[in-house]
Amino acid sequence: MELTSPTYFAKERVQTVQDYVLFCVQAVGNLFRKPFYFADMVRQADTIGVGSLPIVVLTGFFTGAVLALQASNTLERFGSITLVGQLVSTSMVRELGPVLTSLMVAGRNSSGMASELGSMIVTEQIDAMRALGTDPMKKLVTPRVASTVFMLFFLTIISDLVGLTGGLFIAKVLLRLDARQYWSNAWETLVFQDVFMGLMKPVLFGFVIATIGCFYGMNARGGTQGVGRATTQAVVAASVMILAFDLFLTRFLMAVLSFH
Amino acid sequence: MSAPTLPLDSAAVTTIEASTPTIVFEDVALSFDDNNVLRGVSFQLARGETKALFGVAGSGKSLILKLALGLLRPDSGRIIVLGEDVTKMREKDLFRLRGKIGMVFQESALFDSLTVQENVAYRLMEEHGIYDEDIDRRVREALRFVELEHTLDLNPAELSGGMRRRVAIARAVITQPELLLYDSPTGGLDPVTSNTIIELIMKQRDVYKTSALLVTHRLQDAFTMATHQFDPKTSRMVRLPPGQQCEVPMSFLILRDGKVIFDGDLRQLSHTEDEYIKEYIS
Repeated sequence: MELTSPTYFAKERVQTVQDYVLFCVQAVGNLFRKPFYFADMVRQADTIGVGSLPIVVLTGFFTGAVLALQASNTLERFGSITLVGQLVSTSMVRELGPVLTSLMVAGRNSSGMASELGSMIVTEQIDAMRALGTDPMKKLVTPRVASTVFMLFFLTIISDLVGLTGGLFIAKVLLRLDARQYWSNAWETLVFQDVFMGLMKPVLFGFVIATIGCFYGMNARGGTQGVGRATTQAVVAASVMILAFDLFLTRFLMAVLSFH
Repeated sequence: MSAPTLPLDSAAVTTIEASTPTIVFEDVALSFDDNNVLRGVSFQLARGETKALFGVAGSGKSLILKLALGLLRPDSGRIIVLGEDVTKMREKDLFRLRGKIGMVFQESALFDSLTVQENVAYRLMEEHGIYDEDIDRRVREALRFVELEHTLDLNPAELSGGMRRRVAIARAVITQPELLLYDSPTGGLDPVTSNTIIELIMKQRDVYKTSALLVTHRLQDAFTMATHQFDPKTSRMVRLPPGQQCEVPMSFLILRDGKVIFDGDLRQLSHTEDEYIKEYIS
């Protein structure tokens, strides 16, 4: 492996961050500049949203179910097993629903975007697009960003609901709890702050997933090997950023929403 | 193989005066890290002229096309295309200028998620938004021009290399641009298919009088273009009598070590005293 000087390494990283920020600004700015590629947004929404639905449903269901199972063990010791619904509900809505859905969508779509755009770069299709008078940022990046943000919001809601259903399945079948009690506990424990926090996260995470995937794709270099590298880097970077942003966003929202 | 009947009968519409060169390169330099690919390249492409660019692999021929199109920015120097300085233009202004230029990429660069029809119609669709009868007619005309009307609904992956190049030509000429840039349009093709491509380029040159820069590795392609002319009556290219030059100016430009070492017509090229050029064209 070639050794690089720490200065060069640091400069390169700073340059990448700068390029990424400019990339994000351009992607968002294009939302307010003509032409608007509405048909591309709908197509991307279908690919990203509807296409991700099976994995999001499966992930949500099993997460909710295992959460109920794990919680029952602890709650039983305190004689509070009826609170399973409450625990599943707050955990899913506040944290696990948005984060796991985002990680699933990142794995599926960040890689897809990076490989698709990367292939277009190495086969000169992006240059051809520019040569034909189309701005690739407007045509390819902005629709993906808008669609991911929009669809991840709804995927998270579905994931939360399916997660609660997974918890209900365990509560009913294994823990022999009353279904109505479970739902009532799960519903009543939720407050505005929980829902707001749970629905703010997918907006930011969706933006991260799409911009990271597109950024790595649009900067892919070095043929098919470069496309493979960009794909891997996109998934890793998006996943890490989701988890890191989750911490900061949670802390920020807790402060803003006056959580106790 | 003979070229098909011409779909259109008018020359390309021009937005610049006849005396204004289509392309002007003034002392253009470009480097990547420590590699100085272009070191002060200067040349002009007159209106209606076709100029063939030669040079060994890595000499920067394709870069010249990308610079002319504004896809890359030079480190120094000036590039005037259709009367506008592309080195000073913003990307959004370049999109307007590129609307007057057609480019055929080295590996065709067709959009693999679109059909042949959608690829050829791409520029018109971007301008008009919907695929109407007029666009359909023009797409069919452009594909008829390259004899591929039957491939409308196919995907690029289903086409041979030669067919992809022809579709790329159809995509480039559909709007009858004022300038055409060909990046190795016959690279990697068999001689018969190469001749078909050259005949199409010649047809575009002689009938529509479109200015063109042609990057090629195949000397015989450029020589064929200099010694032949497209005959609209027979829809075939015909050899010119010895000593006679084609109506549309045809010139040659040779690059070496990032510099232009020859810029002239066929007669000047054949009488050159430069040992490198002699060896190159022998």
